[in-house]
Amino acid sequence: MNQVSIRPRAVGVACALIVALVVAGCGSSSSSSSAPGVTATSITFGTHQPLTGPAAPGYSEIAPASQAFFDYLNAQGGIYGRKIHLVIKNDEYNPTQTVSVVHQMVLQENVFGIFEGLGTPTHTKVVGFLNSEKVPDMFVASGCACWDNGASQPYTFGWQPNYTIEGKILGQYLKQHFAGKKVGVFYQDDDFGTGGLAGIKYELPASQIVSTQPYQPGVTNVAPQISAIKAAGAEVLVDFTVPIYTALGQLTSFTLGYKPQLVVSNVGIDPTTVGGLLKTFSKGKAGTELIEGAITDGYLPSSSETSNSWIALFQKIHNQYDPSAPFDGNVEYGMANAYTLAQALQLAGKDLTREKLVDVVNEKGAQLSGPGLVPFRYSKSEHGGYSGVEMGQVRNGKIVLFGGPLVTEPTAGSPITPYTTAQPAPPASGVSVP
Amino acid sequence: MNAPGGRAPNRVRGVGQSRLVRSLGLVVLAGVVFFLASETLGAYDDLQLASGAYYFAVLAGLTVLTGTSGQISLGHGALMAVGAYTLCLLVGNEHWAIAPALLAAVAVSAVVGTAVGAAATRLRGPYLAGATLAFAVGLPALADKYPSTFGGENGLVINPPTPPSWLGASFPLERWEAWIAGIGALVVMFAIGNLLKSGVGRAFRAVRDDEIAASLCGLHVGRVQTLAFVLSAACAGLGGGLLAVVLQLAAPGAFELQLSLSLLTAIVLGGLGTLMGAIWGAAVLVLLPNWTNDLAHSFSLSTQVSDNLPLALYGLVLIVAMLVWPSGVQGALRRIAGGLRRSPSVQG
Repeated sequence: MNQVSIRPRAVGVACALIVALVVAGCGSSSSSSSAPGVTATSITFGTHQPLTGPAAPGYSEIAPASQAFFDYLNAQGGIYGRKIHLVIKNDEYNPTQTVSVVHQMVLQENVFGIFEGLGTPTHTKVVGFLNSEKVPDMFVASGCACWDNGASQPYTFGWQPNYTIEGKILGQYLKQHFAGKKVGVFYQDDDFGTGGLAGIKYELPASQIVSTQPYQPGVTNVAPQISAIKAAGAEVLVDFTVPIYTALGQLTSFTLGYKPQLVVSNVGIDPTTVGGLLKTFSKGKAGTELIEGAITDGYLPSSSETSNSWIALFQKIHNQYDPSAPFDGNVEYGMANAYTLAQALQLAGKDLTREKLVDVVNEKGAQLSGPGLVPFRYSKSEHGGYSGVEMGQVRNGKIVLFGGPLVTEPTAGSPITPYTTAQPAPPASGVSVP
Repeated sequence: MNAPGGRAPNRVRGVGQSRLVRSLGLVVLAGVVFFLASETLGAYDDLQLASGAYYFAVLAGLTVLTGTSGQISLGHGALMAVGAYTLCLLVGNEHWAIAPALLAAVAVSAVVGTAVGAAATRLRGPYLAGATLAFAVGLPALADKYPSTFGGENGLVINPPTPPSWLGASFPLERWEAWIAGIGALVVMFAIGNLLKSGVGRAFRAVRDDEIAASLCGLHVGRVQTLAFVLSAACAGLGGGLLAVVLQLAAPGAFELQLSLSLLTAIVLGGLGTLMGAIWGAAVLVLLPNWTNDLAHSFSLSTQVSDNLPLALYGLVLIVAMLVWPSGVQGALRRIAGGLRRSPSVQG
């Protein structure tokens, strides 16, 4: 028999051993500098990313691309002689892990700030902590409206357009070009999907929306949702989905013989990522042809637009510092976001403190410019990120933007207006100061 | 049959009382060690200590269920979710204090555990594993089904607990969280430690070893098994509640199937059926991911490899550990200790 008993004496011994292990596992790291994470020669930021797990395909390229952009800047001397380092931690898109790794980076590794933390269900769990510790929480990689609250979360800034803004502009396009057509919406059941759906509903007549079907990330069978949208007779299918669900949805539509006009949020359409997933899931039988013709939008120039000077710069940096990843929308995202951070750091001045970085984005954030097609919504009260998008379409497996950038506010009834200021050319080296 | 109670036929009443005093002393000792650790460690390590404490609460219950009463559960991650959501709803919406909310978390998960446990008594081996697996997969989806109550995929967030004012204004929050979790873990340690040595523990072992023999002894097998399940569900609920206090969240993404699987892994790796094994298991859950991550990133590999290497290393550690220490860390230590004790004297 397997003798089961408790050795009470051993309990104490083990407790002592565990303490010893924990103590051994942590090095004491204290910085004499006034701002944590800043020395005369370096600035260290931390980020939490889904490097493995369901959200990893595509998104795992973002932070390494940001690091590649920082490497490029560092090779030119960095910002005020300080090299930018990015500590990348894998949170597997699991909120428990997010909380753990963000505490580790802030409390133990003394990062200056968190940059580009990815995901709504993940990052919402650390916003309170970062703001109470007064740690800059720069340019969250999610379009949730929840970052846009300068009054209650002064240290948190969004970056990409809020999903409601995107939904409104997509909705207006559908109202104009698919008038009277039945629309079905397939969306992720969180702030991403519901925010996008809200934007669509602000613009599109309710009678046109025949079916709205949510999915839960992690549940890979989406046949019930797609079948319901098909049964409702939708001629247009709008996806507020992450890449993996765009692919699953399209494969399901294909199996069901359902061929609506596809419309996908810019978050879930990167053709390299979605094409790769389609290929993997179908064991090579399908690819980007399943998303060909899909309508989408973008707030950065398309990564396939090689004539654009920003894309040319990013391509060059990619080839030199991050060649193992494919050059796609995710890589462009990481570099563009890194550019914004570098520009803000440049503006914050030589005597960098956490407060100074936040203050400078509050005061001058709206003037930050770079690869983005539209201006930022930054002020003391607005922490929202890009203010609009340009419509686009997947043509020959690449995203082509058309019609010019449009900007709006994430509220019902606020007008959608064209933005005509041309994108500035990238500086020959470093970052330009607006 | 090896009657579990037959180990100590010469013990008489009164011994139980000294046992209670002795185990209370040990819990106090463990508490002092925990307290000293939380005082000397940094803020992040306090948070890890807190994580270790809430994992211990869950693992202690699970090790009773699997190691002592012989039932397998792949659903304890979901029972943690029950505790965490209960706490977040009561603290966040109803503004309860933490202590009563934790008790409620225990109660609610015990009720859920009763339902699952009653079904579990009719199932054996792989069927039981399958049923609890379905529970682990299905329950977090409820949060998405009723987003207005449970916050959907985004889950619930509560405010961090405030350390009492007599501890001083600069008392670190993480240490306070570690204390709360630590007290919960000590309560579990005391309760489970005593229970296992009592008649209930003997009944668990009797049922595990031979159900027919146990019922011939007058034990109601189904009732004993359900009791074991409820007990471990209550522990999981407490662990989940403590998780919610420490991390201030309850979200479906935090309680995926992987959590249930790693809980089972941890008790097996730590040493099945012992509280010490649960302590080792909690240490494994908290420390091993960090170690494998650091190790993976100490080699300069391409990101695709280094991102996935921690998982591979984790798997490797599990395989090696099971080959070298089939009875877990605690079993290995016991063998080593036994060897040391035996070696000086001449046996037989």
